[in-house]
Amino acid sequence: MSLLELRGVTVRFRQYGAGARELVAVNSVDFAIGEHEMLGLVGESGCGKTTLGRAILRLVPLAAGEVRWRGARIDRLGQRAFRPLRGELQYVFQDPHACLDPRMTLLESVAEPLRGLDPDTDALDRARRAQERLDEVGIAADLAARYPHQLSGGQLQRAVIARALVVDPRFVVCDEPVSALDVSVQGQIVSLLERIRDERGLASLFISHNLAVVARLCRRVMVMYRGRIVETAERRAIVETPLHPYTRELLDAVPGIDAGARGRLLRRAARARPAVDDSTPAAACAYAARCPHVLPRCRVERPALQPAGESRLVACHRAGEWPGGLPPLASV
Amino acid sequence: MPLLEIRALTVEFSGTPAVRAVDGVDLTVDARESVAIVGESGSGKSQLLHACIGLLAANGRARGSVRFEGKELLGVGHVAAVRGRGIGFVFQDASGSLTPHLRIGPQLAEVGMAAHGMTQEAARAESRRMLECVHLPDVERRLMQYPHELSGGMRQRVAIALALVARPRLLFADEPTTALDVTVQAEILALVAELCREFGMALLLVTHDLGVVAALADRIAVMQGGRFVETAAAADFLAGPRHPYSAGLLAAVPTLAGLP
Repeated sequence: MSLLELRGVTVRFRQYGAGARELVAVNSVDFAIGEHEMLGLVGESGCGKTTLGRAILRLVPLAAGEVRWRGARIDRLGQRAFRPLRGELQYVFQDPHACLDPRMTLLESVAEPLRGLDPDTDALDRARRAQERLDEVGIAADLAARYPHQLSGGQLQRAVIARALVVDPRFVVCDEPVSALDVSVQGQIVSLLERIRDERGLASLFISHNLAVVARLCRRVMVMYRGRIVETAERRAIVETPLHPYTRELLDAVPGIDAGARGRLLRRAARARPAVDDSTPAAACAYAARCPHVLPRCRVERPALQPAGESRLVACHRAGEWPGGLPPLASV
Repeated sequence: MPLLEIRALTVEFSGTPAVRAVDGVDLTVDARESVAIVGESGSGKSQLLHACIGLLAANGRARGSVRFEGKELLGVGHVAAVRGRGIGFVFQDASGSLTPHLRIGPQLAEVGMAAHGMTQEAARAESRRMLECVHLPDVERRLMQYPHELSGGMRQRVAIALALVARPRLLFADEPTTALDVTVQAEILALVAELCREFGMALLLVTHDLGVVAALADRIAVMQGGRFVETAAAADFLAGPRHPYSAGLLAAVPTLAGLP
């Protein structure tokens, strides 16, 4: 049995004002995460990856589908019934400045969830446990006594991770935990997450727009485009033999740091990309407007997410045509 | 004569303790050349740019010399004449460069009228042309929209168009793609490279991301603690940095190579 399982999860937002319509942010998503598994989720801004992460923790309501935790449905529990589960499922947010109370020291912030879960615990005991977690992420007691504005983004992100870990969760949603940080600090935080994954055997959903970061941390990766999962596979398969054209696009977008990077970028830019049309008919493949391999069929029939080899799913009519994976666009 | 010539530039902020953000730095940018200043948060790279165009905070003070086309910008009145005209700029946060309560069209036209004394009619035509240059889809509709109605990538395109209206000879770009996601990032980088070539603009770029450097820069200066620790041609640098700090920066870039 999987630790966490999602079936047909759909989240809709109502838009207001003139021409209001419903926005389907997450559309019929199924996946499962096993014990100790770190599953990656990549996609561009606005594709629904954050909403999906939030839906698991009931931070947004589901329009359809179900979320199961150790086999039992948790999407219909009331706030009170869900509360004990908050000790098992935690969330690390993208912007550390926004999720720490500016009037609390780091130690107070990290101790706070313990009080929320069990108000009867001893304050000294809570502070001791909070400092243990802070030590684990490399924040010594003198830094822990400071306020958020006195610390750097990297230090704050460490504290946010410590706060998620302080309740000893079994599962954590990590939502772009490194995107707001500069590159050298990003590397440190990724190493920290790697260590926590190995030492604690924590299961997690790791969300990022950068495929290189996701592939370093997660053995299995899901690619999301406009609310749907379009490809799921082992990281090597995703990177070496991508089957969905959108996965290929994401791979091409990972910035190279070799001397040839500039030429590739300019060659790719020369091929003007069509603007994404919001009015794509619901029955069509959502990627059709942007896809370099589009067929007439793609505009009238959406491909289902289907098995394509071992532990691999892809939603593309033409996936069978490139068994060795799609080559980089710039070299075509 | 270089387009921009920085000599012994020092930037200090008063306070307790006083902070020296930039410590005696020399740098030149030639016409049509693109130079990148790289370093981590707090290395002083943004303050260096800000000092050149007189945008330091009230407690900041710059010493040394910054010459643009031979004219001194520090301490004398030339900076206002150059800012937004000879030197255009694009910042990390595009929404910060746009006025939230003005439609895109009037916002762009305002620059044309202020910097070039264009008539309203001419400024409007120029705005339309600039939005086409930055490949903004559906230009007519965009001119009537407010900044909040655009996505982050589109806002950054508008911010770039805003910098281009005055036809600067040098573009300052401070982390122009950091706030954007990877696919959009690649598009904006390609756009900046294309525009520099098309408009014959020089570029002074500040970033912590060596992927951006690889995409845009001819020359690179690595900054640490307010000083340059290495300057090199970008191609040589990417092939093999000499300073250990540079090597660390290069190693920190997440890549797809060598997956387990």
